[in-house]
Amino acid sequence: MSWSKEEMASEVINMLSDGATLNLGIGMPTLVAELMPPTKNIMIQSENGVMGVGERPTAETVSPTLINAGKETITVNKGASFFDSALSFGMIRGGHIDYCILGGMEVDVAGNLANWMVPGQKITGMGGAMDLVNGAKQVIIMMSHFNKNGTSKLVYKCQLPLTGTSVVNIVITELGIFAPAVDKFRVLKLAQGITKESLGGDALYV
Amino acid sequence: MSKICRDAFEALAGIQSGMTLMSGGFGLCGIAENCIDALTMIDISNLTVISNNIGNSGRGLVKILVQKKIRKAICSYVGGNPDLEKQMFAKEIDVDLVPQGTFAERIRAGGMGIRGFYTPTGHGTVVAEGKDVKVFDRPCILETALTADFTIIKAQKGDPYGNLWFKETARNFSPLMAMAGKITIVEVEELVPLGAIPPEDVHLPGVFVQRIFQGKNYKNDIEFLKLKE
Repeated sequence: MSWSKEEMASEVINMLSDGATLNLGIGMPTLVAELMPPTKNIMIQSENGVMGVGERPTAETVSPTLINAGKETITVNKGASFFDSALSFGMIRGGHIDYCILGGMEVDVAGNLANWMVPGQKITGMGGAMDLVNGAKQVIIMMSHFNKNGTSKLVYKCQLPLTGTSVVNIVITELGIFAPAVDKFRVLKLAQGITKESLGGDALYV
Repeated sequence: MSKICRDAFEALAGIQSGMTLMSGGFGLCGIAENCIDALTMIDISNLTVISNNIGNSGRGLVKILVQKKIRKAICSYVGGNPDLEKQMFAKEIDVDLVPQGTFAERIRAGGMGIRGFYTPTGHGTVVAEGKDVKVFDRPCILETALTADFTIIKAQKGDPYGNLWFKETARNFSPLMAMAGKITIVEVEELVPLGAIPPEDVHLPGVFVQRIFQGKNYKNDIEFLKLKE
């Protein structure tokens, strides 16, 4: 059984040290904020200028000027702060953020990441991803294991334009948790019932 | 000379085709709604626009994008802006995609008198192509400052000197762009008297502001409303 997105988020949460500072990318990673237990004392930063992201607002507390990097409405916890984008990326580039969790299009065995464009088809832009992968102490990629055509997004060598080189520490998909290890991916954990063989291209994994 | 203007049209006096314009906001959060609406009615073209998203979801700067008033865009993110992506693929617009932290820092540098800086961001990617590389603890690329002829931003509160206070995450790029603009125009939800913003709470000192006006009819659009279940 592959993991649900919520189970993937829980697996990520289990990897984080208590009291750490975390930056979350757009899409699937925002689930991590929603499921974060308060007892973990994690401070969540969002690149648009907020430290201390909390749960979703209610219809009564929602504010159009309080959003995350995905332009979704949020709240803040006690101890939160707001700041401009240069300070926000100073935190990121300056090595003050413990973990960043981003989505991905391709990750390869050398820890290279591609997640911002498909030439001729799709351009999302890199946003803050290039700064994050170079600045955060640990880079965790949270993504589906296969793309829409059924091709593995964990690859020997990224073909898409890169976001960063040798930057990824951990990849989590619905099938398991993997770490780029020079010429293969080391399998750190598999979802229940998933075998290395069922990942497809098992030569890619140790 | 008073910095206070009557409205967006008076504040935008002197803007011309071919100029460089910075526009604050992250997505639609904190955008200068009145100035953007005025630009849709001003006969102008060939603008170089520096803004993180160039509007989004058909709103904000997309209003002047679809009028073909923008020749070149400098931004970090295209996702959520199908009109921009379409013009990029049709080669109707030049787009310079800049990593967001580099984007912010280039604007900050522009306002602070720094001509350039070295950053590890983008090394080993297409962003580094053609740029000077210098190895410190690791390879870094040279990025240069950005400035603008006009900057348009919005703040929650401002006083007649131009001291500003921003609400929540609406601050984003606005104070940086204010510093980097030759003529910085601020529209505010509340134009307050001098002294109404305590000095400790001034987010941007008014020295960076040339023109300010009380805005009106704010929509403050939410792009993705997510509520607690």
